[in-house]
This record gives sequence, structure tokens and C-alpha cells, in this order.
Amino acid sequence: MAIVGLLVPDCDMTCCDMTWHHHHLRLRRLEAEAIYIIREAVAEFSKPVMLYSIGKDSSVMLHLALKAFAPAMLPFPLLHVDTTWKFREMIAFRDELVARSGLELLVHVNAEGLARGISPIASGPALHTHVMKTEGLRQALEKWHFDAAFGGARRDEEKSRAKERIFSLRTAAQGWDPRNQRPEFRGLFNTRMKKGETMRVFPLSNWTELDVWHYIRAEQIPVVPLYFARSRPVVERDGALIMVDDERLALLPGEVPRMMQVRFRTLGCYPLTGAIPSNAATIDDIIAEMMASTISERQGRVIDRDDNGSMEQKKREGYF
Amino acid sequence: MQERTSAPPGSEAMPLNAYTRLPLRFLTCGSVDNGKSTLIGRLLYEKKLVHHDHLAALERDSQKHGTTGAVDFALLLDGLEVEREQGITVDVAYRYFATERRAFIVADAPGHEQYTRNMATGASTADLAVLLVDARMGLLTQTRRHAIIASMLGLRHVVLTVNKMDLVAFDQEVFTRIAADFVSFAGDLGFRTIQAIPVSARDGDNVSAPSPRMAWYCGPTLLSYLEEIDVEDECSLGPFRMPVQLVLRPDPDSRGFAGTVASGRARVGDELAVLPSGQVSRLKQIFVAGGECDTAAAGDAVMLTLTDEIDIGRGDMLVASQHRPLVADQFAAHLVWMSSEGLLPGRSYLMKINHGTVAATVTTLKHRIDVNTLGRSVAKTLSLNDVGVCNLSLARPVAFDAYSDNRETGSFILIDRYTNETLAAGMIDFALRRAANIRPQDIAVTTADRSRLMHHRPLVLWFTGLSGAGKSTVANLVEAGLHSRGIHTTLLDGDNVRLGLNKDLGFTQADRVENIRRVGEVAKLMADAGLVVMCSFISPFRAERQTLRELIGAEAFIEIFVDAPLEACIARDPKGLYRRALAGEIRNFTGVDQPYEAPDAPELRLQAGDTRPQVLADQVISYVMRRVLI
Repeated sequence: MAIVGLLVPDCDMTCCDMTWHHHHLRLRRLEAEAIYIIREAVAEFSKPVMLYSIGKDSSVMLHLALKAFAPAMLPFPLLHVDTTWKFREMIAFRDELVARSGLELLVHVNAEGLARGISPIASGPALHTHVMKTEGLRQALEKWHFDAAFGGARRDEEKSRAKERIFSLRTAAQGWDPRNQRPEFRGLFNTRMKKGETMRVFPLSNWTELDVWHYIRAEQIPVVPLYFARSRPVVERDGALIMVDDERLALLPGEVPRMMQVRFRTLGCYPLTGAIPSNAATIDDIIAEMMASTISERQGRVIDRDDNGSMEQKKREGYF
Repeated sequence: MQERTSAPPGSEAMPLNAYTRLPLRFLTCGSVDNGKSTLIGRLLYEKKLVHHDHLAALERDSQKHGTTGAVDFALLLDGLEVEREQGITVDVAYRYFATERRAFIVADAPGHEQYTRNMATGASTADLAVLLVDARMGLLTQTRRHAIIASMLGLRHVVLTVNKMDLVAFDQEVFTRIAADFVSFAGDLGFRTIQAIPVSARDGDNVSAPSPRMAWYCGPTLLSYLEEIDVEDECSLGPFRMPVQLVLRPDPDSRGFAGTVASGRARVGDELAVLPSGQVSRLKQIFVAGGECDTAAAGDAVMLTLTDEIDIGRGDMLVASQHRPLVADQFAAHLVWMSSEGLLPGRSYLMKINHGTVAATVTTLKHRIDVNTLGRSVAKTLSLNDVGVCNLSLARPVAFDAYSDNRETGSFILIDRYTNETLAAGMIDFALRRAANIRPQDIAVTTADRSRLMHHRPLVLWFTGLSGAGKSTVANLVEAGLHSRGIHTTLLDGDNVRLGLNKDLGFTQADRVENIRRVGEVAKLMADAGLVVMCSFISPFRAERQTLRELIGAEAFIEIFVDAPLEACIARDPKGLYRRALAGEIRNFTGVDQPYEAPDAPELRLQAGDTRPQVLADQVISYVMRRVLI
């Protein structure tokens, strides 16, 4: 897919129906900070791209980007690094968004990984993630010569992410050196790079999971229906509730899918994403459920469990 | 000054809670091993803000890495593998938590001296510092340093948390003495509030619940104090400032100026000035986060349109026309040096300030500050983690405020041109007087007008090279040749200038920088007058010559490298200087005990070894004749 220059915002933001702005000072400040970061990257880099992973954080980040330039158009494309194992509803949501909004979306699949038969089930979560996500992302950035990529990662997600800079430099080999990061002094981001180096930019660094949902509610941002509780076919595997999303999930002896009222807190490759039993069918329900929750957001991610430092390891290699 | 802005409309009915108030951003600091990470870990644990799966991991980790034997709360925070292995915090970690009453952003900064720069980074965005002291040790050098850095970075509220009270038998005397010591030490640091609280982070005394073991203490617990304290949002005070981040086109016919309001408030119809140009217009439209509104307040990400068409770009500043910031190309500032490459006064760095990137030079390093005592010492350089006060000179004027008035518009960073490393964080103290009171005067006759009269364009021919390379000889021949072709010329020679204009300067590094700076300014004036100016100076440093190029303008600055091998120069030694330098009679002699940095890409390179000077001069003359004729 080729990049066409300017993109069309998907929502009408000319009317100022932002009543929450008057009392939700915290959200208002988070929103302003994210817009500041997005604008700074657009001002400083020659070819930025926004990584769009279809999840709630991506939806919020995209919404903020549209606001950052409204009523002008979005000055960069979106990029989805597809592993071919996303939930079907995610892909449908993505395609519907593109059709409705006219946003330019680039999709990259690591064809080499596919040819090697890499899959989350046969290859295991670690290899699958490395090849299809980390390597896939590297290939995509090189293919289109992007010099900066926005990601929706938040510092509250995971311990090593808590130390990631907002503007985080990657070597020409896309590596991250956590011990040698540039100091960030106020909003004065040093965006200078040598040839081949690239930048990762995280506009949602200071948001929490709860902030994201409050903002989705305040701004009525559409999200994938998988976040809302519904009766879905799941099997229990290694302590996680895995949804039987298509026929590729070969059932193990004794596994019988059963319908359960579940939802997802995070979305990824369906065989690696555990559902949680829940009756939260609306955003209000979700917020109420989260306020009472004692389990962390990424707990459902099979990939994070290998080892405690494993996120840092993956990030050093170029994972988002 | 504007009145402090009142609460936004509609907020009266809203209860104060974690969403209706701005979060409190605080920094935890203090000496290593005083228990900073443990304290925050404890706070999260007590408020049940630690997720169950994280707790399970914590218990596993405590067995593997723990330093206390029991559950080690510090492991909740020390995220990087290297930190868990070494048991210390090396980088700033940000934590987010909220109670029902308030949301918090915690920057957990490292205590070791070699990570002072990280502490400064964490402090730069914080409103308050939680400074930890070990009750057994009292105030240490590091405690003082962190208090000083916090004050320097504009923090106005400190909570002195006297930790490990369990290890001094909860002795009131110990607590009172440490608190008194701190208050007497910090008296001059400009803190508006200092609250001392005795705690045991490990056991939880006075962290979120009052301690029955310290019944003598009647003050607030740490958490309740943090929930209640009112750190007035200083950026909402003060006059309107918006550094322009980006120019957008909201529709084909208009231009919108996007940025974040650094301070104050503006309404549609307000008169705004554009700096540094000083042009004035009125605010036509305000978009806050994409939606059209009547007012823009500090902290808002906005796009503004004006009633007049004015040329405005990234790095300009829109300000209240009646309350303007300073505009200058020279100012005094505090620097926190953040690189292992030391500061070189006179070297050209890149400064990022209010979205502009501009070449900047430290002209004078006034003194280094001992951050343990606030004492001043004379210094030639700043090393990693040093703090110093200096004068800076910029390639063009920028708009700014003093850091103490506005942390947003008074801060900058310095970047290395070649490695791209962030070298220093800066806080502006004041504009230098001569720069602040002098405004450029518009002149009716332009350089282009003068050129038309002279039938040629101006140029500055900068001859650089070792002493004895033949710079002056060639420059003389070039001038004679150009003169005979009807070109209006003049020649600035190193020795001649030192006999007059620069006779007050010696040969120290600072004086050499000043020597070249003055010559550059004179050359610029002469070029403005329409002349082709020959300058013959050793000028050994790349960064200085880069500064000249930016001062004079790349289109008029011609760098000519008179390239002769050092041996040839020593052999020629027309003034006998090499002989004396090699004998140790002259110090700081270029090529002998000072390096010469050859140009990377000069406009002309003259191979000056064996070639006759007239042949070299002819190369320059034909180059110049192609460039100057109109």
C-alpha cells in the first residue's frame, strides 16, 4: 500500500461539546500533554507513522492525533503490524474504521515468518511475538523509511515501561539501551538522530488504564466490542480463558469450549489473550469493575509470563 | 500581572477528587538506602493499589533479590533488571496512583551522586519533593544536595520524611533535631512550605495511618498531607505565553498557530504580540484540543488564528501584548551538566528553547556551584552532574522569561552538534542588560541596495590554518587581485587587530574566543557595508568557525583552509614563534600544545605546502569573481 499525503479526520470536531473539559482537569491535562507530544513529533521528524494496534489505547491515541491537527487533516499514516492471529472482531473493527474515515492505514505482515509457519500455538508465544511483532515492525519501518513511530504504550502497564522516555531513541538496529537514555527535561525533547536511527514516541506515557476508560467515556470513542462482556466460547488453558475465535485453535484432549460471560482487558493475538469473567457490558460497568479490580491489566497476556524481566528483554530487541 | 484565574465555570458543584483536581506530581529523593522505593512501595501496598498478580511476583522476587528478608516493597519500583541485581535505583521511574481524593504522579529518583542528572530530570516536572532522611544518620551530603537541586529546579514545597524511626526507638528528640537542622539549612532555598513527618516505611508508621508508636507526633500522615496540600498551579498565573510549536492550515485561506499555553489565559479579541518580531495582532479564533472555544488557559493544547496575516513560525512566541517576555540573544543561566563530555566555553552548541533550535555558546562560565554547600568556585569547565552559572550567547534573539517566573518559557537544553547527546539542562536567570535594552533599528538602505551601487555582492573570506601556513600572504595577494578587478575590499589580520581593537585581549582560551567573536562582528559590519572582507586568523576550533558561519550567514561566509603540513610551518617559522613554543617559552600554541581542528568541508582548500602563494591566490580570486558579480 502506498502512502497518500493527507488524511481525513473521521469525526466532526468543529462543535465544542466538551462539557467535561470544565470539571475533569486531570483528563484535560492528559489530553493536552498527549497532543503536545504528537505535534512535537510531527514538527521535528520528516516521516512519522502511528502504530495502530486496534486496541483501546490505539483508539485513544488516534483520537488525540485527530484533535491535535483538527480541523486540518492527519499528517501521517497509520501502521498495523498484523500477526494474522488477531481476533476477527479486531480486524472487522479496523477495516470498518478505515472505510468510514478514509484514514490511510498500512498493513504489514512478516511474510517470511508466515512462510516459516510461525504461529502462537506451534511456535510458542515468545518466538511468535518476536518474529511476527518485533521483526515485523522492524521490517515495516525499514520498508517505508519511517523515522519516528507513535506507540500507545503507557508507563503504568509494566515496570520496565515506567522508565521509558516519551521520546525513546532506537539504534539503527532498532535496539533500545535502557541504561543510556537521553534525559528528558520538562517538555524539551531532544529529537536529533543520526542516520539510520529512529524514534519511538509515546503520547500516552502518563496515562493509566483507568484514565483511558474515563477518556473513552468522556469523548465517546468507539472501541472493539471485545472489551464488553458477552457470552463467548472459551476454553481454559494454562490458567487462562482462551476464546475459540476460529478453527485454528486446535482443541487439546479434554478441552470443550463452553459459553461464558467474558470480556477482554487487553487485546492481542487471540490464542495468547486471556479473557476475564465479567458482566461489564458498558463503559460505566467497566470503570466500576476496574475500580474494584485487584488484578493488573497485562495479567491476561500469556507473553509477559515467561520471566519477570521479559518485557525489558523484548523492548531491547525492538518490541513496543 | 493578571489576577490568579478563578476556578473554571461549572466546577463549583464538582466534588474535589482524583479527576476534578490536577494530579500532584512529586519527586522522592534523598540519600541512597534511605528507603525511597520502600516508602512508595509501602504507600501503594497500604492503599491496596498493588495488584494481586504483582504482589505474587513481589513475594517471589523478595526471596530472590530482597535486601530486607521480609517482603521488599522497593522491588515494586525498581523495574529494570540491572537495578534489581544491584539493589539500587539508577533511573527515574514514574508511578501513577490515585486515592479517592487525589491522583499522584511519582518520580522516584536515584540517590547516588553519579545520577544527579536523573534527579534533576525528575524534579523538572514535579511540584513537591518528598525528601527522605535516615533517622540514624540525620542530614547527609546527599540530602543537602537534593534539597539544593530541588530548589534550583523551582520546587517550592518539601516534605522532610524522617524514615527508619523504628531503628531509633521512635525517639522524638531525634526527629526534632533532624527537622530543626533541615529548617536552618534550607532557610535560604526559597521553599514556601516545609513539613517534617517521622515514619517507618518498612512497618508503615505514619505512611497512611497514624502511628500508635509515635503518639507524640500530632501532625498529618504522609499520605493525608500529600492529599491535602495545595500547590497552586503556577502556570495559570502570570501573563499569557504560547510558544508556537507548529503552523497548521485549518482551511486553505488561514494559518493556525498550534502550541500549548505555557502560562496565563487569552480570550478571543485579545491583543497579542508575536516575538521576537514584535508585531501585534488580535486573537480571532481559539481551538482547544480541536474544538472551538472562547478562552485558552495554561496547560491547554490550542490552535490560534489571528486577525492579521503575519509571518509566524515554529519557535516564535505569542504573548500578551502588554506583558511581554524578554527578548535577547544573551542571558545568564544555571546549567546542570548531563554529559560525560565536559562543557567547553566558546564551543557552538545547539539550544532547544521554546520550540526553537538555535546555535548557542557559553561565553563566560562564571562559577561552579557546590551543590552540597551552595559554595561557589572558579571553574574552566563543567563535568557530568556539575551545576554552574554562565553567560550564553545565541545566534539570534529569542523570547523567554526568567525560570523563577516561568518554568515553561525559562528552560532550555543544550545538544551536541555532532553526537546529538543532550549535554545540559538550563534555567534562565536574566537577560544580559546590554542585550535586553537594545532593539535592532530598521535601516532604510539595505545591503542589497549597497551591492547594487558597488556592482558586486559582499563576502567574508575566512582564511584558517596553522601559524606560518601562509594565510596572511595569500590574503594580501587576494585583496590586491580583487582590488585591481574593481572589487571593494578590506582585510582583517590577526596581528593588526590585536594591536588595536583587541589590544585588551590575551591568549587564554576565553580571550581567544572573544578575539574571534569581535572579529566576526566587525567582518559582518563590513560585509553589511557591501565589502568583500578578508579575515586571516588561525581560528583552530570547528565549533567557533561554525558560529561565524551562522553569524555572517552561510551564503556570504567562505571558509578557506590554508592547508600546510605542520613540519612545513615549523620549517618556515616566519615569526620565530614555533621555535619559542617548542622551547616551552610560549604556551597554548596551536599545533604544538593546542590542537588544530581542520575544516570538514571548507568552500576552498589550498594545498599550501610547495605551491607558490600567487597560484593559491589566483584560485581564490577566480572563485570569488564567480560568486560576487551581480
